[in-house]
Amino acid sequence: MDFELNELQRHTQQLCREFAARELIPHARAWDEEHRFPAEAVKHLAELALLGVAVPEQYGGAGLDNVAYAVAIEEISRGCASTGVILSVNNSLYCDPVLKYGTEEQKQAFLVPFARGEKLGCFGLTEPEAGSDAAAQKTTAVRKGDSYAINGSKNWITNGPVADAIVLFAMTNREAGNKGISAFLVPTDSPGFIRAKPDRKMGICAAHCCSIFFEDCRVPAKNLLGGEGDGFKIAMSTLDGGRIGIAAQALGIARAAFEEARSYALERKTFGQPIAQHQAIQFMLADMATELDAARLLTHQAALRKDAGVRHSAESAMAKLYASEMASRVANKALQVFGGQGYSKEFDAERHVRDARITEIYEGTSEIQRLVISAGLLKD
Amino acid sequence: MDLNLTETQRLVRQTARTFAQERVLPGARERDRKELFPAELLRELAGLGLMGVNVPAAYGGAEAGAVAYALAMMEMAAACASTAVAMAVTNMCAELICAFGSEEQKRTHVSRLVSGDAVAGAFALSEPQCGSDAAGLTTTAARRGGDWVLNGSKQWITSGAHAGVMVVWARTGAPGSRGLSAFIVEGGTRGLLVGPPEDKLGLRASNTVPLVFEDCVLPGSALLGGEGEGFKLAMMALDGGRIGIASQACGVTRAALEATVRYVRDRQAFGKHLAQFQAVRFMLANIKTELSAAEALTLRAAWCKEHQRSFTQEASMAKLFASEMANRACDKAVQLHGGYGYTDEFPVERYLRDARVQTIYEGTSEIQRVVIAREVLRAAS
Repeated sequence: MDFELNELQRHTQQLCREFAARELIPHARAWDEEHRFPAEAVKHLAELALLGVAVPEQYGGAGLDNVAYAVAIEEISRGCASTGVILSVNNSLYCDPVLKYGTEEQKQAFLVPFARGEKLGCFGLTEPEAGSDAAAQKTTAVRKGDSYAINGSKNWITNGPVADAIVLFAMTNREAGNKGISAFLVPTDSPGFIRAKPDRKMGICAAHCCSIFFEDCRVPAKNLLGGEGDGFKIAMSTLDGGRIGIAAQALGIARAAFEEARSYALERKTFGQPIAQHQAIQFMLADMATELDAARLLTHQAALRKDAGVRHSAESAMAKLYASEMASRVANKALQVFGGQGYSKEFDAERHVRDARITEIYEGTSEIQRLVISAGLLKD
Repeated sequence: MDLNLTETQRLVRQTARTFAQERVLPGARERDRKELFPAELLRELAGLGLMGVNVPAAYGGAEAGAVAYALAMMEMAAACASTAVAMAVTNMCAELICAFGSEEQKRTHVSRLVSGDAVAGAFALSEPQCGSDAAGLTTTAARRGGDWVLNGSKQWITSGAHAGVMVVWARTGAPGSRGLSAFIVEGGTRGLLVGPPEDKLGLRASNTVPLVFEDCVLPGSALLGGEGEGFKLAMMALDGGRIGIASQACGVTRAALEATVRYVRDRQAFGKHLAQFQAVRFMLANIKTELSAAEALTLRAAWCKEHQRSFTQEASMAKLFASEMANRACDKAVQLHGGYGYTDEFPVERYLRDARVQTIYEGTSEIQRVVIAREVLRAAS
């Protein structure tokens, strides 16, 4: 038993913390305001091998474990939550399933350049009428000779506006329900792949997402990921990993909110003393710090289980559920500590509230996490 | 990072689990109803090494570490929180004497605590007029020749009527925290009067009494640690004690969750099992998630203690989070049992009553927040 990070994990943490301080924190507010994709920062993160943290070095990644990955996403998100999710999507939702289910040929074409960060990936599961209920998808893929013809639409696709390829889910056999879904590796320059303009969102404004339309989009049959009908299984196992990334992102957002509120409380004076001397403020800070630690332990616990190669659906769901709801509570309390200034765009507190809010929704809402957790608890 | 248990930790947990389920659980409701102190069970616990889990073997302990202790506490509390708290205080006293006692004090008193000869240990810090503000205590210890003479009263003393060895705090110097010293007092010492047991909401099989010291004469050798070091000793003991209470909270909650899972699978309403209603499932998911977080916080604090890291903040976080989590969870467990949950035919109302004290004793939630805030503000300035 050892509750401390090992040397590689600590090194990753330090590297990312310094990067965030140098290249993210000074710009995050402006990127948010201008809805500007942090292209330069992503390029530099790629040079640090952080676009494929847990991808083996032979496939262009850093070859680290999932605890290091969680630590990296926390530190990057502490600097800029948008950058955190851009990374998390490429690492967890794109690279991870290609690594786990791809053939060697698919890995060379669809993993190596993405883990290296030369290209960016995204993940297409959600549809306008199928979010939490992923099995209700309407997008179809019909085999025609050596290729599949894909028709339908996907929405809320993070990285969609800039991605070079997508792990796409579509129905190959509607009668089979869950078992009729298949996964495909689709380059975004395929004919019939049409992106809508980026969505306007409440938060994580520097991470862009959009709807994607498939109009008879032709994909070579060799781009089928796993077997026909494996799509639902691939999606669920991918999300088990993705939830660790979002839990870590939530940790980063909460830490930013907490650390800024703490600094502010030590400086700001009311009634003749720094507000950090008032018990009401102290108790808020104590609760924030405690819940942050609780969420981090759950997140690392899930990452350790993923590294051990054992089923971690419930652990990932618990980490994601707790960390995301914690992040919203903590960000709201931090805003309260800042008072009127917290409500102002001149400070970061309001951005943290907006950024935290999405972590309770994407990659499985809190409600879906509770279904996953209770299924684990009540199974025979 | 590695959260797998060691062989020793697994063994201690298994030993505690087997004993707790087979010997402690069956009589728990009856002891609660009749306020029966589990003296015989405590002797058996001592026989298994569970009264000195983190005490060196040289003094009769199991020397299995603070994490193993936390795991054993969780198991005991899942069966009977009253038995668990007597075990916790005994371990705490034995560890405290090990940490600060002279060789002779260790040989004499730690062995008695760990072997079960002393039945239980007791920790006498709180007074009628001072609990959280321990530095304000008014019991005095005056030198008389080579002896100490204690006068004053103590309140809420767990196992106080049965304890063979007690650690008692008294003022030996100026007002404030630096004027306090700790003493080892044997049960039955002349001048030590044990008051009637408190009638409590929960932990009803645990014995809680006031103590009165009336010219109670102790030999010079009763002083534990140095004169004036009492406050430091108390705070250090409580850091460890909080891990014990956090573990107790985790254990009670686990029992409440397990009982509730059984109930909702069995009970039907509107043509299906309660377990099939989303509202029910979501409550269980919340309990499970918070329990997992509390267990991790608790084991982390214990691990820090075991590896000689500072653990004040970690222990307070674990105690705060686990105790408040336990109250939320046990309240939901009663809710999910409906009317049955309100009767003692099912164990969940006992869990709720037993959990209630956890946000109060060994430092209220408010004191934990004071400790945590102090630590996190210090880290920033």
